[in-house]
Amino acid sequence: MAKSKMYNKGLIAIGLIVFLVLVTSPFWLNFGKAAPAPEVVLTEKAKAAKTCVRSKEFMTREHMQLLDIWRDQVVREGDRIYVNGQGKQFNMSLSNTCLDCHSNKTEFCDRCHNYASVNPYCWDCHIDNPKEIQ
Amino acid sequence: MDNSRRRFMKATSLAALGVGVTSSLDVMAAGGGHSEPQPRMLPNQKALTARRWGMVVDTRKIKSKHDLEPIIEACNKIHNIPNYQNKNHEIKWIWEEEFKHAFPTQNHDRLVNKFKHMPFLVLCNHCKNPPCVRACPTKATFKRESDGIVLMDFHRCIGCRFCMAACPFGARSFNFRDPKEFIPEINLEFPRRTKGVVEKCNFCAERLAVGKLPACVEASKGILTFGDLEDTDSDVSKLLEKHFTIRRKQTLGTEPSVFYIV
Repeated sequence: MAKSKMYNKGLIAIGLIVFLVLVTSPFWLNFGKAAPAPEVVLTEKAKAAKTCVRSKEFMTREHMQLLDIWRDQVVREGDRIYVNGQGKQFNMSLSNTCLDCHSNKTEFCDRCHNYASVNPYCWDCHIDNPKEIQ
Repeated sequence: MDNSRRRFMKATSLAALGVGVTSSLDVMAAGGGHSEPQPRMLPNQKALTARRWGMVVDTRKIKSKHDLEPIIEACNKIHNIPNYQNKNHEIKWIWEEEFKHAFPTQNHDRLVNKFKHMPFLVLCNHCKNPPCVRACPTKATFKRESDGIVLMDFHRCIGCRFCMAACPFGARSFNFRDPKEFIPEINLEFPRRTKGVVEKCNFCAERLAVGKLPACVEASKGILTFGDLEDTDSDVSKLLEKHFTIRRKQTLGTEPSVFYIV
């Protein structure tokens, strides 16, 4: 069998290098420039309350699951009172409890959601606060 | 060979048993170790409860459409019901209807004159056998077992409109457009809906939950009476005991919970 021969070795090598550089360019361009984690702003009302329904860490991590449970419980079972670990009671309502304190959607909700590139549609139905200046 | 296979099986099953026992012990230990009690969810203490909510409409007290306007207005306002100008897109929770449309099977050409043009008040009947619930493919609409209210979970509605086809009373409306711009005055305490969602009367479940009667009943000046159909001492049961009443499309067997004194 005749020994196979590679034509245009040089061009192919250059082409491969250009391809690799292009494909990995986002890594090189953004290297060491991680976007800083967003800082959320608490309203005066939220600051005064000191604690949320659950601990700050829990709420940051699992507020979506909590809201999901609240929704099912309120809509399906009619249970509307949430008693947290400390025995404190809350009305299970996104509009009337959560968004009452956190009435600054753009500075509170949106900052993290934009950072994480998630687009929840809660506000299509539950107030987008009129106190909020767009 | 048989022997070694047997030994192998014995060894693995013993090992599996061991793993099972230790992990279940772990779970028990973890359960007892926590100091903070788990959060709980409860109904409101003030909530009004019933086994089956029902309504009696005393049509003798309806003189003209002016008696019904404040009732309809009260509902529209607190539930953020949009006012699309287009009649085909109308959203109706509680509305007025002529006798011949509300009670087509009772209509005939020798009907007493006053019924021919008198407005009747109609709303979701919160049927005992709700055909809309059977039609819903996502369980977005359901009958609450505790009190018989036929409710909607707007989050789950995919807008297929099977329920609208199934409801014999036309009690359901579809949002063909985004209602946001068409709500005259927004009530922030109650959610709006989005485009592509079906909606209907919810017997003011959100008001019953905090101990208030439905908004229409409060605004009705005695035309509407609300109460537990299964409680013989309730206001509705007493009215039903005393007066002859009719229901809409009784022959369909959906067992409406809204009764009309005629």
